[in-house]
Amino acid sequence: MISLAEPRKWEKLFWPILTLGLFLALWHASVIWTATKVFPSPREVEKGMAELLRHHVLWGDIWDSLRRVAIGFSTAALLGIPFGLALGWYPAANQVVNPVMQIMRPISPIAWIPVSIILFGVGDNAAIFLIFLGSFFPIVVACINGVSNVPSVYRRSGRNFGLTAPQLLRRVIFPAALPQILVGLRIALGIAWLVVVAAEMIAVDSGLGYLIIDSRNSGKRYDLVVAAILLIGAIGLVLDFGFRRLEKLKPVRWGFRNES
Amino acid sequence: MLVKESIAIPALKTKLAVENVSVTFKRDGKNMPVLENINLEVRDGEFICLLGPSGCGKTTLLNAMAGFLSPTSGEIQVDGEAVRGPDSRRIFVFQERGVFPWLTVEGNIGFGLFKLPRVERERRIAHYIKMVGLDGFEKAYPHELSGGMKQRLEVARALAVDPDMLFLDEPFGALDSITRLVMRGELLRIWEAERKTIIFVTHDIDEAVQLADRVVVMSARPATIQQIVEIDVPHPRDISSPHYLELRDGIFRQIGLAHQI
Amino acid sequence: MSSTKERAARKHITNAGTALRPLVFIFALLVLWEFAARHQPAHLLPGPWETAGGIADLVRHNLLLKYIVASLFRVTWGFVLAAVLAIPLGLAIGWYRRAEMAFNPIIQILRPISPLAWIPIAILWFGVGDLAAIFLIFIGSFLPLLVTAANAARNVPDVHVNTGRNFGLGPARLLYQVLYPAVIPQLIVGLRITLGVAWLVVVAAEMIAVNSGLGFLIIDARNAGNRYDLVVAGMVIIGVIGFLLDVGMRSLERVKSFRWGYSED
Repeated sequence: MISLAEPRKWEKLFWPILTLGLFLALWHASVIWTATKVFPSPREVEKGMAELLRHHVLWGDIWDSLRRVAIGFSTAALLGIPFGLALGWYPAANQVVNPVMQIMRPISPIAWIPVSIILFGVGDNAAIFLIFLGSFFPIVVACINGVSNVPSVYRRSGRNFGLTAPQLLRRVIFPAALPQILVGLRIALGIAWLVVVAAEMIAVDSGLGYLIIDSRNSGKRYDLVVAAILLIGAIGLVLDFGFRRLEKLKPVRWGFRNES
Repeated sequence: MLVKESIAIPALKTKLAVENVSVTFKRDGKNMPVLENINLEVRDGEFICLLGPSGCGKTTLLNAMAGFLSPTSGEIQVDGEAVRGPDSRRIFVFQERGVFPWLTVEGNIGFGLFKLPRVERERRIAHYIKMVGLDGFEKAYPHELSGGMKQRLEVARALAVDPDMLFLDEPFGALDSITRLVMRGELLRIWEAERKTIIFVTHDIDEAVQLADRVVVMSARPATIQQIVEIDVPHPRDISSPHYLELRDGIFRQIGLAHQI
Repeated sequence: MSSTKERAARKHITNAGTALRPLVFIFALLVLWEFAARHQPAHLLPGPWETAGGIADLVRHNLLLKYIVASLFRVTWGFVLAAVLAIPLGLAIGWYRRAEMAFNPIIQILRPISPLAWIPIAILWFGVGDLAAIFLIFIGSFLPLLVTAANAARNVPDVHVNTGRNFGLGPARLLYQVLYPAVIPQLIVGLRITLGVAWLVVVAAEMIAVNSGLGFLIIDARNAGNRYDLVVAGMVIIGVIGFLLDVGMRSLERVKSFRWGYSED
């Protein structure tokens, strides 16, 4: 829904830039007015960002965070997609398993940290396990919904042409559910990115999350803290965008026609 | 009496027999009778229309014939054998939403041909693309096609597996009326080229009289067969000819519709 | 394919067994868990029996209720504050194309940032304690609610808006009689999902930034004496309460006056 006048093309750049500018100005002004000695101004954050980029350690941290996400997320996808498809295909199985999932889902992956440290020790694997936990359920749920939302027309056509059940799953159900599965994967990737940062603040000693904690603890470098926060946002955004490109591929684009 | 100028009918063999079929659905614990004591014989190579108001149960009958649901009582036989489930010799054509959106035109038409060797598969796909007039759109995806083209795609997909029978459930319902007229002509053209037995569901009286050899007029739910009208007008049918209009008006009267709006 | 009678009989049997099946499954998992716990080399992780003992322990020391209330208190404050601010703002952003243009880049950058990344800033501004936790929950809830409200407003069918204008409704009436009813179903779903998020955030926040609550219980039980039975007990309680919150919100969705949004289901 839109309000009355149609905005012009130049307005597409004008308004966000204006808002951003106002925001930065407000930020800068508050730093000066409150005479805070710790909280950085936009200029200081910019310098902090440059400093981070110059230090090789930053790239190592980015790599570590991305690597953990990659492993945790792909494991969740490799296990979650077949599992979710099976649950969607056999509603009886879903009915049995679902209550357990509904109880485990509200437990923040962060709450699993002590348990995961026992199972995997302090380090990468613990973080990867947490990422796996955070990504697994959204993927499973998306697959279940994807399968159950396949219009019965497609199923009937498949059976009509003489497809056996495994063929039906592979040639009809899976392609029909794919758009929803992709959305679930994209959301799970976003969650994975949130979890890795949080996990790194507590359970490991490298990565962007750790960078935040470390910048504060060793020297109250809040300029680096804010710079890292913005960096996390930017990378998360890039991941999201990358995934959305997948949604434009022709064999799945049909499922996204109504997306805003 | 019965003079057909187009193609001579082969032996008047019964292809599909509906014997005393009734279908009752259970909804919220209550019994809802949908079809009551349907008896019908469809001849090999015939074009039959099931005509009736929306929701009267004709789609249910079609689904039962195609094997997608079991009648509550009675039996349906094809070639003397009881129908036990869907079969690739009897293909159901839905409205254009039945095409698979993740496959190209080629992919859709080739969908049922997985048992054939590649060469034969490609030959058939090319043949049917030409037959339904989708040349040039081989690599297109359904969302790039118009409603009429999608419907043609679905018919091509159905024909490609060389079925004995086609079931069409109001296939032109979502199209505009001009496209609908064109599609009727196309369907007849295809039918005359490859004589399948066709059972066609519609609520449009004109459509039924234009297409069918026989029109099965069904009542409202619980549906019974009110009348079977033989349309002995040879193709191509002149929709202004007196005999055509006579048959059509007869059905109008049968259904109880006023003649003046 | 079977006749209707056979199908009816089968349905009767399955209806009775159906409700039991998930319970049987849960029981089977508990047995498996107990078995695994008893056979681990270093006895650290508790089995279900020990965990239940942990819960009983917490109840006896009057801690369980105290911690649950503390967590719920923070979630409520942070969530409600976020809702009160984010929903009107979000509706405005969704309604006015220019507002969307203006705020979208900022929203997109802030969205992928874990609320926990704000912890140092939260502690800087509010110190260690309730306010910091509430702030984090607020941050975690604000953007999702904003985006949900914006989407809901944007998706109000033009048909309805035009009809409203056609009948001469001024902006206030338009808001009350067209926009508000149209967005309510989506908002309720969004509120439920975001409440789930808030619950996740509060637990994580309490593990770092405060000295009470269920998240704190988990960290403290481990640090002060390796009481893993309490750790897992805490996890179970967290799961159950989160589940109950979700169920509660879902029943709100079913309230008749909100149901018309689901007619396409």
